[in-house]
Amino acid sequence: MTDRISNKKNITLSIIAIIVMLAAIYVLDIVIKPTSSWSNLMTCLEKGTIYALVAVSMNLLNGFTGLFSLGQAGFMLIGAYAYAIFAIAPEDRATVYQYYEGGGLIHFSLPHMLQDMMGGADAFGGTIGYYLGIILLMIFAGLITAVIAFLIGIPVLRLKSDYLAIATLGFAEIIRSFFQWEGLGPVTNGSNVLRKFASYDSSIFPVLVAGICVAFIVLLINSSYGRAFKSIRDDEIAAEAMGVNLFKHKELSFVISSFFAGVGGALLAMFQNNINAAPFTSNMTYEILLIVVIGGIGSITGSIIGAYLFVCCSEWWLRGLDAGEFLGIEADFMSPGFRKVVFAVVIMCIVLFYSRGIMGTNEFSWSGLFNFFKTLPKRIAAVPGKIKAKFSNKKHKKHTENVKEAQ
Amino acid sequence: MLTIKGLNVHYGGIHALRGIDLEVADGHIISLIGANGAGKSTTLKSIMGLVAKTSGQILWNDKDITNIPTKEVVKQGIVLCPEGRRVFPDLTVEENLRIGAYLRNDKDGIQKDKEWVYELFPRMKEREWQLAGTLSGGEQQMLAVGRALMSKPKLLMLDEPSLGLAPLVIKDIFAIIKQIKDAGVNVLLIEQNAKAALEISDYAYVMETGKITMSGVGKELMNDERVKKAYLGE
Repeated sequence: MTDRISNKKNITLSIIAIIVMLAAIYVLDIVIKPTSSWSNLMTCLEKGTIYALVAVSMNLLNGFTGLFSLGQAGFMLIGAYAYAIFAIAPEDRATVYQYYEGGGLIHFSLPHMLQDMMGGADAFGGTIGYYLGIILLMIFAGLITAVIAFLIGIPVLRLKSDYLAIATLGFAEIIRSFFQWEGLGPVTNGSNVLRKFASYDSSIFPVLVAGICVAFIVLLINSSYGRAFKSIRDDEIAAEAMGVNLFKHKELSFVISSFFAGVGGALLAMFQNNINAAPFTSNMTYEILLIVVIGGIGSITGSIIGAYLFVCCSEWWLRGLDAGEFLGIEADFMSPGFRKVVFAVVIMCIVLFYSRGIMGTNEFSWSGLFNFFKTLPKRIAAVPGKIKAKFSNKKHKKHTENVKEAQ
Repeated sequence: MLTIKGLNVHYGGIHALRGIDLEVADGHIISLIGANGAGKSTTLKSIMGLVAKTSGQILWNDKDITNIPTKEVVKQGIVLCPEGRRVFPDLTVEENLRIGAYLRNDKDGIQKDKEWVYELFPRMKEREWQLAGTLSGGEQQMLAVGRALMSKPKLLMLDEPSLGLAPLVIKDIFAIIKQIKDAGVNVLLIEQNAKAALEISDYAYVMETGKITMSGVGKELMNDERVKKAYLGE
């Protein structure tokens, strides 16, 4: 164990870091967003933040409660739709629901309604009302998702491991088809795109919302509920023998995770400015699962790092590969899709050298961070040896393992 | 006082317990010995409500606890320290102990009991922040016993506490079981290591294929020819 930094210092450092980060985002938002060349940064920041929230919520379920659930995309979809349906201004409804008579069934928008009530679009009070509406609607989206998760959880959570994964995956697909069903068209717009709903202006909004949600999850994990979740993950029978009510805690974890997936879905809807059930396939769940695994199953910090890494790679850093140009080098053989090849190699490297994910089950701590930089030169020097050990013959590998154990 | 009357348990088509009668009197260590598959663990699991019972009755201080959920059984002051230790490997020693006190709300009492456990097992105090999965087998068994004690039980049920441990460690554990009894906790002990178990127990039952075939004061059973032949290897 490395030297621990005192609690007081920890808190001060954290507060300073949060303020600096928010200020930086605020400045970047003003300076960078209007310019086109660096706008990727803000896109990745926003999408990464949203994915981080969903990944952390999935980690709560998969990493901390040990429930291998693959329904995250379905729950995000519910959240996204629950938000979007009630946030389209009445005057825009006719264009959005163009295939349905009278602009669909629902004819009000909470953010726009509160905006009007508190002084209109131009007044400061109106802006507050608008955002208040957005926030209330996001909570509503989370609650709807949580209720549906509760109902799905009653039969599904009696299953274990792979069977649970299959069942949740199935439910996620059912949810997607259900939202695309023509019969629900007047509400969900069928398989057409929902757009023109209320959205945030500043990148600070998703960061703040996701930050608060993640903070809540961290507090939950460190509470006695969190310990009960972890005990279920480690050993169900022993947990039950200690008096932990298995079903109740699994259901609780499932519902809370889905709540935040729903909030994440609402944020995603706002980020994209339009929403459509089609992309919420199991593919999206796998993306999030990938983030959780790369970051480290059972590490909140890992999920957050993994989310930004994944989003930046897929949306920004490796984009040039598809266009036939990367780091200023032009190459014609890099046809569309080459990005995915490189990305797969990156993932394989991570899995090869960090078999438990980037963070393992560790969490961020200031002393850990300082230690990281202190030992960085040493570890960089050790990298060639590590690579050699990975690819050399078995005998050598065994030897290095023995040495490691002896240490 | 725990009383079991005519308990029957089926696992599918297998009749695992065939009408068991058993009593754990206050202030005693009771042990249950027998070969593999005799139904010892099933007896403990059925007391905890972890397996479904076909018929029979389990009374705890004259209260019927036959069909109440596990959580309620723990609340009544009965706790099982399961076979094979089953500590939570990715939680720290301290967190494991706190899970043991999961159903309790008295902060001061929990703190006091934690100190008591650390007194019984000083090794646990040293390893408070270590992950339980990194402890040695003996230490894990100690932690499992300590974790069970954290629920402030009136009846502690131990399932094979000596399993896979070195003889010296077994000696330590049995000495501590005695200390636990002296602190006012009734102990129901399952053991294959019949000699060690009979030595410390006040009363013992012998189980064979789902039935209790013999019972008696621990030291007397040790001298019984049949027990000697079947379980003590003499």
